[in-house]
Amino acid sequence: MNFDAIVVGGGHAGCEATLSLAKMGFKTLLVSGNLDKIAMMPCNPHIGGSAKGIVVREIDALGGMMGKVADKTLLQMKMLNFSKGPAVRSLRAQGDKVSYPKEMQRLLKEDKNVTFLEDIVEDLIIEDNKITGVILSTGEKISSKCVILTTGTYMKADILVGDTRTRSGPSNTRPSLFLSENLERLGFRLLRLKTGTPPRIQRDTIDFSKTKMEPGDDKLYTFSFDDKPYYKVEDQEPCYLTYTTPETHEIIRKNLNKSSMYGGIKEKLGTGPRYCPSIEDKIVRFADKERHQLFLEPESRYFDDIYVQGFSTSMPRDVQEEMVHSLPGLENAKILRYAYAIEYDAIDSKDLYPSLETKIIENLYTAGQINGTSGYEEAACQGLMAGINAGLKMQGKEPLILKRDEAYIGVLIDDLVTKGVRDPYRLLTSRAEYRLLLRSDNADLRLRKYGYEVGLISKDQYDRLIEKENNINKIINELNDITIKSDKKMNGIEFIKRTENSISDIKDKLSKKYDELELEQAEIQIKYEGYIKKARKEAEKMRKLENKKIPKDIDYDKVPNLASEARVKLKEVRPLSFSQASRISGVNPSDIAILSVYMKRYFDEYK
Amino acid sequence: MNDTIAAISTATGVGAISIVRISGDEAFDIVNKIFDRNIYSFKSNTINYGHIIEGDKIIDEVLVSIFLAPKTYTKEDIIEINSHGGISVTNKILELLLTNGARLAEPGEFTKRAFINGRIDLIEAESVMDLIDAKTESARKMAINGVYGRLSKKINKLRDKALDIVSNIEVNIDYPEYEDIEVMTIEDIKKYSIELNEEIDDLLKTSESGKLIKEGINTVIIGRPNVGKSSLLNRLLDEDKAIVTDIPGTTRDIVEGSIRLNGILINFLDTAGVRKTTNTVEKIGVEKSLSLLEKADLVLLVLNNNEELTNEDRDLLEKTKDKKRIIVVNKSDLDEKLELDLPYVKVSAEKNDIEELLNKINELFKLEDINSGDMTYISNAREVALLKQAKESSENLINALENGIPIDMLEIDIRNIIDSLGEITGESYDNELIDKLFSRFCLGK
Repeated sequence: MNFDAIVVGGGHAGCEATLSLAKMGFKTLLVSGNLDKIAMMPCNPHIGGSAKGIVVREIDALGGMMGKVADKTLLQMKMLNFSKGPAVRSLRAQGDKVSYPKEMQRLLKEDKNVTFLEDIVEDLIIEDNKITGVILSTGEKISSKCVILTTGTYMKADILVGDTRTRSGPSNTRPSLFLSENLERLGFRLLRLKTGTPPRIQRDTIDFSKTKMEPGDDKLYTFSFDDKPYYKVEDQEPCYLTYTTPETHEIIRKNLNKSSMYGGIKEKLGTGPRYCPSIEDKIVRFADKERHQLFLEPESRYFDDIYVQGFSTSMPRDVQEEMVHSLPGLENAKILRYAYAIEYDAIDSKDLYPSLETKIIENLYTAGQINGTSGYEEAACQGLMAGINAGLKMQGKEPLILKRDEAYIGVLIDDLVTKGVRDPYRLLTSRAEYRLLLRSDNADLRLRKYGYEVGLISKDQYDRLIEKENNINKIINELNDITIKSDKKMNGIEFIKRTENSISDIKDKLSKKYDELELEQAEIQIKYEGYIKKARKEAEKMRKLENKKIPKDIDYDKVPNLASEARVKLKEVRPLSFSQASRISGVNPSDIAILSVYMKRYFDEYK
Repeated sequence: MNDTIAAISTATGVGAISIVRISGDEAFDIVNKIFDRNIYSFKSNTINYGHIIEGDKIIDEVLVSIFLAPKTYTKEDIIEINSHGGISVTNKILELLLTNGARLAEPGEFTKRAFINGRIDLIEAESVMDLIDAKTESARKMAINGVYGRLSKKINKLRDKALDIVSNIEVNIDYPEYEDIEVMTIEDIKKYSIELNEEIDDLLKTSESGKLIKEGINTVIIGRPNVGKSSLLNRLLDEDKAIVTDIPGTTRDIVEGSIRLNGILINFLDTAGVRKTTNTVEKIGVEKSLSLLEKADLVLLVLNNNEELTNEDRDLLEKTKDKKRIIVVNKSDLDEKLELDLPYVKVSAEKNDIEELLNKINELFKLEDINSGDMTYISNAREVALLKQAKESSENLINALENGIPIDMLEIDIRNIIDSLGEITGESYDNELIDKLFSRFCLGK
């Protein structure tokens, strides 16, 4: 069998990678250990959230599918941080664990360029540091021009519950046993990471009257720029809020040594995510806190599981029973599936170029949790970018590298390849220094043109973007010419700039009825013009250094006077620009200056 | 990139000699236009006698030091013009260089060129700066060193405060569903930002002391004619510098002189008496007197004890009311005819009784405090500029809060405060770091 591309793993990264390659016209093989579990949501049932919701919109703007599939299947939708301002607003959908994967699988199956294979990849075929195919657990070889590894938590996966360690993927799936060792042999540096998931409770055994209901928003939203809402406000499924009790804390303290993390398992464990600690972690680290919030979230319309967000643990099963029953409303709850922690191998993301191609093996790309990230959205956007860049390379084109002032995706990938990760990486709004530019509302304006250029966005979609852009400009021009009589005469722009006013107050004065989203966009651009300009100015400084390239073959040992830590870090990361170099921790301004002088002296083109 | 740069390399002020330095490809061409000998005929590393000229006019008798590239400080052609010290001559020479094609060097640009052209490494560049510091008055150096740690501490404290606000906002944004994390409300931010603004302001005020130590207090003596301004100047300087007669309007140009008071330089400028006049020369003098008021750190408004308040006096009282001023009632030895309900000090220049005035200056500028080295002050221009940036951001922040701007936008201002403060201590830096780094050098070095 011969393919243009092989995607190893059918999670959120694998799906986007496969679909983008197929859409670009490449014959793509998707290899998964269990074809039924393609696009499943093994942990939290929601998609989006702070920063992540913006990523879903960016994926959609570029031509990825996560947003569209979520729009079609969601149980509940919320716009987070609405009152905190347009730059940090972000959508969060409660997904459906049955219909989401089903819809994604349908899209994959409909594409004639996609072929499926149920197996586990255990090794790679390498010739002259270039990948030419994969070797399956059966020993069978399949060749291709490029390979994208999206192995998620499956490399040497161990499930941890209390003092037991079982080699298995999530939900009793097959792990990959040898792939990570083979990667290490090729020169990749490995990390051992860990993450956890809470217990699932049978819905009708919960007394919801003892909890607080958390409904979806009254306003309808979609992730995708092409969709109209598929759901009705009143049909949304609510979530519920409850709290841990002093009794819960007591149970956890008493049994702490039985948790895998606190002595249940003797050997050193992988590094867990700082932002998503287990409940035992929270109780140890914040000992004086009387209670912790827990959200009870529905997982699907089609089955009964309720996910207890904030309650992930690696306690043994009997302790989990006790813990769950100490929660208000869950006194008689029945646990359908127990909580567990999972440990897995990842590669050091500093071994990647910003295109997500590995520095060690040409035409090999990695995306998702294998790169040390966590979260469906983080995985999906990497899968998309790896797919796009593998495709572009096969077309003989330059890779698409999104900058930090263009997309959260750019921030994420730059952080990965520049700083690397120690614990599973989650996107946060605070990681984006130019987030005023990276808003949920303007993802299409920022990125659709790239999607169109690489062939994932149709002419029709692109024309609609251009029309939207034109209309926004028209609105702004019209507002400039409109005179409003308030306490004094002013034009429409000046009127909207006032805090108490909004564009809807004067939209009747416009020459025609514009789309609500176009009006909103014009309003944001007008109201926050000063701040947006400030952010742009900052971004331009970064761009300047971004354009100052560092040659790939520079020998840092020959650069005199570099601090030794900086030398080590620069050799490790091998930044492509001065901007990237300046973001490496341990590389100080003086090192950058020294490097700049060295380049001036030794490379004519930098004079 | 290599345009030719020039700057005064010696400290500003009066000294025995001043050096104006020019570096770049056109250094020779430019100097040749304003020098009365053939500059091209001189060998490298020689000192040569001649005159700086403007057309036919001789500006000064000078020695020029010739340094041919590449064995020079900047690795470029350098000429150093050693002129007679004096602000006006030195400035004139610099001006001639600039009008003939040189560009005024940015602070630290000579050293930056040395560095960029690969003559010195960064560590050397930094030691050059240390050297500059060491050359200055040892007392000042000690003061600066002594307070430096305290200054960093103060700045870091401010920065931490701003960081606290931001991190709390961030948590609220990234974990919007968590009710049990303290929510940073607009009210909280308002309270913190006002505190922050005040603290930055306090620190900024100390920069004024820093400036006083460095540049002294520019003091303008003003008053209508014949109230005894020139006599007062002569007493203050303890020499007969200004011509004193009974004829009103004797002083028509500015007469300068300096004294040290508690170690701080006080530069006195005696001006023409202000009155309506038809005499053209005197008129120019009067206008000059008034324009000097603008730049003065201190105004000594002199009145005559022996005369009633005139309209001209009232006019001057009005003109100087917003300035830092001391009303000096002179001729206290004569009969008191003046009635004034403003605070003033009484002196008699005639009888050499000026103690009260000196005490008042001391008190007004808290000179003893400054000199005791107890205060944490900022004197470095880079630090002051950054602190002013922080202050601007904190004012923007307060304004934005008043105007109901949402939190995500406000945060830009708070982050700007953090960045500006961080740049002072070196905690953070902006991307144009090479330029920043070298702005720490004093002009012309």
